[in-house]
Amino acid sequence: MTSTAVAARADEVWKVYGSGEAQVIALGGVSVSLARGEFTAIMGPSGSGKSTLMHCLAGLDTVTRGEVHVGDTKVTGMSDRQLTALRRDKVGFIFQQFNLLPTLTAEENILLPLSIAGRKADQAWFDTVIRTVGLADRLRHKPTELSGGQQQRVACARALVGRPEVIFADEPTGNLDSRSGAEVLGFLRNSVRQYNQTIVMVTHDPNAASYADRVVFLADGHIAGELRNPTADAVLDTMKRLDGAGAH
Amino acid sequence: MFRAAWKSLLSRKLRLLLSGMAVVLGVMAVSSALILTNSLSASFDSMFRTINANVDVQVTAKPLAESNGEDEDNAMPQYLKPDAITRVAAVPGVKTAVGQVDANGARVVAKNGKVIVTQGPPRLGTAWRDGDGVAELRTGTGPKSDDQVAINAVLAKEGPFKVGDTIEVLTLEPKKKFTVSGIFGLSGGRDSVGGETIVAFTEPVAQKLMLGQPGVYSSISVTAASGQTPAQLKTAIAAALGDGYVVRTSEEVAKAQSADVQEFLSLFQKFLLGFAGITLFVGIFLILNTFSILIAQRTRELALLRSLGAGRGQVIRSVFFEALIVGVVSSTLGLFAGYGVAALLKSLMFSNLSEATLSFTPAAVIAAYAVGVLVTLVAAVVPAIRASRVAPIAALRDAAATEKSMVKITVAGAVLLAAGAGGIAWALFGSLPGSTISLVLMLGVLLVFTGVALVTPSVARPMVGVIGRAFSWSLPGKLGRRNSARNPRRTANTAAALMIGLALITGVSVLAASLNASMEGTFKRELSADLLIIPDSGDATYDPEVITRIKNLPGVDKAIGLYGGVTADVTGKRVWMTGLDVASAIPILNIKAKAGEVRALKHNEMLISQQFADLRGLGTGSSIKLKTARAGEQTFVVAGVYAPQELFSEPLISDTDAREYFQSQMPGVGAVKLKPGADEKQIRKEIEGMLAGSPEVAVASQAEFVKQQSGQVDTVLNMLYALLALAVIIAIMGIVNTLALSVLERTRELGMLRAVGLSRWSAMRMITVESVVISVFGAVLGLAVGTGLGVAVVRALKHEGFDELAVPWTRMLVFLGLSVVVGLFAAILPAIRAARVNVLQAISYE
Ligand SMILES: Nc1ncnc2c1ncn2[C@@H]1O[C@H](COP(=O)(O)OP(=O)(O)OP(=O)(O)O)[C@@H](O)[C@H]1O
Ligand SMILES: [Mg+2]
Repeated sequence: MTSTAVAARADEVWKVYGSGEAQVIALGGVSVSLARGEFTAIMGPSGSGKSTLMHCLAGLDTVTRGEVHVGDTKVTGMSDRQLTALRRDKVGFIFQQFNLLPTLTAEENILLPLSIAGRKADQAWFDTVIRTVGLADRLRHKPTELSGGQQQRVACARALVGRPEVIFADEPTGNLDSRSGAEVLGFLRNSVRQYNQTIVMVTHDPNAASYADRVVFLADGHIAGELRNPTADAVLDTMKRLDGAGAH
Repeated sequence: MFRAAWKSLLSRKLRLLLSGMAVVLGVMAVSSALILTNSLSASFDSMFRTINANVDVQVTAKPLAESNGEDEDNAMPQYLKPDAITRVAAVPGVKTAVGQVDANGARVVAKNGKVIVTQGPPRLGTAWRDGDGVAELRTGTGPKSDDQVAINAVLAKEGPFKVGDTIEVLTLEPKKKFTVSGIFGLSGGRDSVGGETIVAFTEPVAQKLMLGQPGVYSSISVTAASGQTPAQLKTAIAAALGDGYVVRTSEEVAKAQSADVQEFLSLFQKFLLGFAGITLFVGIFLILNTFSILIAQRTRELALLRSLGAGRGQVIRSVFFEALIVGVVSSTLGLFAGYGVAALLKSLMFSNLSEATLSFTPAAVIAAYAVGVLVTLVAAVVPAIRASRVAPIAALRDAAATEKSMVKITVAGAVLLAAGAGGIAWALFGSLPGSTISLVLMLGVLLVFTGVALVTPSVARPMVGVIGRAFSWSLPGKLGRRNSARNPRRTANTAAALMIGLALITGVSVLAASLNASMEGTFKRELSADLLIIPDSGDATYDPEVITRIKNLPGVDKAIGLYGGVTADVTGKRVWMTGLDVASAIPILNIKAKAGEVRALKHNEMLISQQFADLRGLGTGSSIKLKTARAGEQTFVVAGVYAPQELFSEPLISDTDAREYFQSQMPGVGAVKLKPGADEKQIRKEIEGMLAGSPEVAVASQAEFVKQQSGQVDTVLNMLYALLALAVIIAIMGIVNTLALSVLERTRELGMLRAVGLSRWSAMRMITVESVVISVFGAVLGLAVGTGLGVAVVRALKHEGFDELAVPWTRMLVFLGLSVVVGLFAAILPAIRAARVNVLQAISYE
């Protein structure tokens, strides 16, 4: 494994949209470190900057001020070409929906980032991932032939198969019923525990957050606290407090 | 919200514009054809009326052969003796009666030594008449002596000549020198009616050189005394002259003169409209596709409307309304573009008609809107009906890939294809009356195209898979291939447009290649000349003395000159004949006897072809009476029947007889056979020297001659390519359109691909492969269909000169290669668009 224990890091990150009257400060100097092999959930009220933070960490968006690192690499200031390579080689993504290419089978979708990079999959690892996700008998199916939960599991497998430095997931269970959601979340937690994968997940759901090792709370673009080994109730309490604080 | 709505409208506008472009081009083609030909036709009518305005009635002698409207020069005109003028002048009501000398065939040598050739308009020689009200001197005077001529402004420009220059003119007699005494144009400031050249001699010179007989006239121009209408005068003169004359009012003359041009223009119009039709037909595919894709993308929106209570009729109406607007706007643009193209065509093809003015003729305007709007509406019907079927539930579902069965459409396509193929076979090999053949053929081709287009979606997936394999060595290539197989209907429609254009291009290529191969074969079989004397136009001639001198050259085995002429049979039907030295011609033209003898012909002997013998019921020893241009009626005895030839089938007489009977006493074509071991180069140089005084002919080896002939075929072919290119351009636009819409549709996917690490360059490659696959698919179909059509036509014309079938493989390979280029080209804009997809926006856009 790599030398540092930090998989991704934001230092005093600002993200400001617009200017003057219409100025929106999405992130107001956020500093956060994501430890390797940890499952971190980011929570906060709607509009608090969760997605923005995640996009900045993943190199999908540029920051206004501050610095972002993924592993040892400084992301801030990278060219589009470098960012593309970073996303390809060091980062995995799971989106809320539209994760898969409808023209490719489940297997091809899983191998997509590796194919893009021109790398070969480690067969043993691939088999392990497939087994864990429970998709062995669905590999030849097209996404339209899979349920929403299965599609998200394919997306998880895709993110995992390249063993990225860190996987970012923006509300990966947002579109799923509770049972499918639980499957996906269990699988994510499993990959952290068993394979030392680093995962950052944005979620609204306290229940989902309870699968994480650590919950970071955002409010109005600032870090508003964090919880270690959270339970759903503890998360809910903190959220209520934050909502209450933001209410007046 | 508002911004999003506005943006989507704007982007849809762009898409509608793209689809509208097809209509614009189609309407442009239709309206340019109509504007050009209708305007020219109107301006010709008025010009002919103007030049006949100063005459009330015209008298000519009845021609020996009936002219039946076509080609008056070959009707064997008869000439009027001076007494006819006196008789006309004596008719009560006649104010003036002036004898005119007027004939085609005055060819002028330009300053560069080449003979001035007009494409179509005549090269007239006339007797100068002072103040006839039509010709208007610009500088100098009319010809005052027999060695002077006045020339029209067209000649002055082409020469270029000015007053006082020496000018050489070829007529029925060999080249003669004159001095230019004056330059004239038409009254009203025009140079000419339609680019004709005119040399005006003194009357005796004109009679001798143009009519071939002294003291005769080609027509009499009559003006009426006051109180006489032209019609009354016509009746009076006709009654006074009796049989053997043609008396016409100037109105009738103008109509007859104009008829030739009108006939050409109407043919030309049909030709252009044919291509416009092809363009439109291809355009329909593009519009159909665009509307289909637009509807597919708006499925959610439409379904939402439906779930909010909108009826099916309302949905159909909304699509139709959109189509109507696209149709009207595009038609307007197309109409104006058509005017521009008409002006361009006019300046390219009718540069000598600079006086003719173009205008938006009512027919052009009506046709533009009718065609443009109709085509757009027709193309919108299918998507509109499909749109109306969108179930309200679709608003809630992900409406992405509900694939419908293609069985029905494939069966329909197969039926149309079979019907079309049957129609083509019926037209080509059946026994339809001549006038309906081309109609049935066209209908058949149309059905075949539609049929193939309908069958295409079901073969799209496997074929695209095969084609795509060539490009899928990399991931972007593989993704591009999958994308092109993703929506078979869309791919098929897009490819079908290219298929049609390329099928026609391939078809005419097969025809041209076969024609060339057949011609080459014919020349190889039937012509054994070493050197040929080739005229530059139908009425070009050279000095007959040259043949005698060539015969005397050491190294020359045989030399023949071919005289062309027209005679008329007893019923007034024209009979074309060739005069030549048969004894010398036998080894050069490979003439073989079928019956009787093929040998040197004596006076009034004739060799005829089997076709002619069958047609006229003649055989060896029988005789036929023919009226000749110079020596009245002659009786010819058939000395023999020659075996069928491809190159000629007309009756042959001796060259001595030809010089005596034909209007022109000079040969137009010549052929020379050398002795073995003769120095061809040297002899050619010497012959060229002898022909220095005959600038209308050139010397060529047989190989060169064959090449020239196929060069002519290739010229026509290139012109057809240029016209069919419009259909290909539309097809390319179709590919661009489909790809652009697909990129738009797959924004999210592109964003996701970019998010997981696909580079911009790879995204562009993905789109490019999709584009190339579609265009190669279309090309493969087009090449196949086109080859089929071409082969069918060639086979059908087996006995009409297409005795060999040649498929131009190399050329077809080039087309296939070009289709790759087309694909690359069409991908440029969509690929750039794909590369510009903003990852963040793409993945967070709902
Ligand atoms: N492109 C943009 N332009 C302007 N403002 C933006 C833009 N993107 C986000 N914002 C603003 O930045 C803030 C943070 O947005 P972000 O999407 O990070 O919120 P979030 O916490 O993910 O919310 P949610 O839970 O609703 O997804 C919001 O106030 C939002 O309006
Ligand atoms: Mg968010």
